[in-house]
Amino acid sequence: MNIVVCVKYVPDAQGDRTFNEDNTTDRANVDGLLSELDEYAVEAALKIVEAGEGEVTVVTVGPEQAADALKKALQMGADKAVHVSDEAIHGSDAVATSLVLAEAVKKIGSPDLVLTGLSSTDGTMSVVPAMLAERLGLPQVTQVSTLEVADGTVKGRRDGDAVSESLEASLPALVSVTDQINEPRYPSFKGIMAAKKKPVETWSLADLGVDAGQVGLDAAWTKVESFAQRPPREQGEIVTDEGDGGTKLAEFLAAQKFV
Amino acid sequence: MAEVLVLVDHADGQVKKTTAELLTIARSLGTPSAVFIGGNVEAARPRLAQFGAEKVYVIDNDDVENYLVAPLAEALHAVVQQASPAAVLLPSTTHNKEAAARLAIKTESGLITDAVAVEAGDAGVSTTQSVFAGSYTVKATVTKGTPIITVKPNVVPPSASQAGATVVPVDVQVSDAAKGAKIAGREEKQKSGRPELTEAAIVVSGGRGTGGDFSPVETFADTLGAAVGASRAAVDAGWYPHSNQVGQTGKQVSPQLYVAAGISGAIQHRAGMQTSKTIIAINKDEEAPIFELVDFGVVGDLFTVLPQATEAVQKARS
Repeated sequence: MNIVVCVKYVPDAQGDRTFNEDNTTDRANVDGLLSELDEYAVEAALKIVEAGEGEVTVVTVGPEQAADALKKALQMGADKAVHVSDEAIHGSDAVATSLVLAEAVKKIGSPDLVLTGLSSTDGTMSVVPAMLAERLGLPQVTQVSTLEVADGTVKGRRDGDAVSESLEASLPALVSVTDQINEPRYPSFKGIMAAKKKPVETWSLADLGVDAGQVGLDAAWTKVESFAQRPPREQGEIVTDEGDGGTKLAEFLAAQKFV
Repeated sequence: MAEVLVLVDHADGQVKKTTAELLTIARSLGTPSAVFIGGNVEAARPRLAQFGAEKVYVIDNDDVENYLVAPLAEALHAVVQQASPAAVLLPSTTHNKEAAARLAIKTESGLITDAVAVEAGDAGVSTTQSVFAGSYTVKATVTKGTPIITVKPNVVPPSASQAGATVVPVDVQVSDAAKGAKIAGREEKQKSGRPELTEAAIVVSGGRGTGGDFSPVETFADTLGAAVGASRAAVDAGWYPHSNQVGQTGKQVSPQLYVAAGISGAIQHRAGMQTSKTIIAINKDEEAPIFELVDFGVVGDLFTVLPQATEAVQKARS
């Protein structure tokens, strides 16, 4: 079982995330890390391989610092990593990112499973997995909170608001997992040491045969025209409950015409 | 004026409010045409007509129901080819965002998700989104193809404008390639009888401070006719279903009133609620970061504050 896990290096949500002058996400001046939601995909891949056999390759598309995201995945236990890095990729939208990822997956080989998280924590669009499935011509088994792979078939449960759907597809398939699926492991000391010796390949767009004119800010099919910081909320009245906190809350609701 | 396609959100022909909202937006961009997937279009037609749909494209094909996302994208592609619309609007749900993603690739069109405003601008359709956990807003445009835009609920008040809602059947042959992921079973979830979280005008949420007992949260929510939400901590502890989780990895809500009970207000949670119009918090810890956001806060125990507030609200009403 060969599994490719697509991961993303994102600005830390705990930090002050902001934009560059060209309206792209600032990835250089804000501390970054492996997108938390991708850890669930790495964990899911490791569990499958540990229960049988095979290899887990992690791939990312991003600037130099994105190597940190791969490192974390290798420390968790992935076998090898591919870093697609090219100046021309800066400012790519989801469409272009999915193109580069799709070509990288093809070059890695023909995996039985392509795994992703449910969304990045920066762009939060949740669209790259579906785009990858479309581009790779793979069945799309997305947003599942359970995952079972056996006898050339993948099964998972997709929880919606009104219904839970049981999904089934033949391998190879593209699967995205939610944060309900498992509890990602912390890298062990052994894992951290072992990661240092694991292979990391760096590929350019030319290595993938992708024309630089198809990606990047100028080629994006959408354009961020402007950004504005939302003014911080002004703190309102805070009362300490001295036996009448609930009454005061109700008075506030009445004053605001909610009651 | 060019057509603007609106994918209808419905349950067996019962049209949801988000559809009326999208038809209202579509009227400001062009001539609205609804896209109805399913067999019971006659039940939906009056409401679609009421909110201005000139045409209703109908795709009644079991494959769209029986396989995940890919057939819906093919169906939408067929309608886009037939109608050459000025834009495609879809309610921002998981399913629709994924279908929109595939449609964007198929039609070589720009995709914008989770818009909170959509306007006609000089450079075509212009959108507004709330990003980075609600700390920024961005304005964006689509520069290639047909703008495909998923729109969040509650971003415009639906306004009626009668139109013909002429039914136009569209024959879609779903490709074998799109039948890769079969929906082998469906399990209906128990209905709470409360409003849907993302559509509710008022949301009352509970967190770690409930200790697993959501009864005061639910009682207060029911008194206000509110939806019930939960923090990630409460969901991870197994106290409340994941479908009720408010936050970065759950639902993003933007109601008129949001009440956070026993929730500290970590960035994970704030990402899902800080664009709410009015925010109230109840927390024992006066240092809880949630208090930075509130219009009104009570430092106290939710198990005494909420029942007292419930009683006071009921009394005020009677």
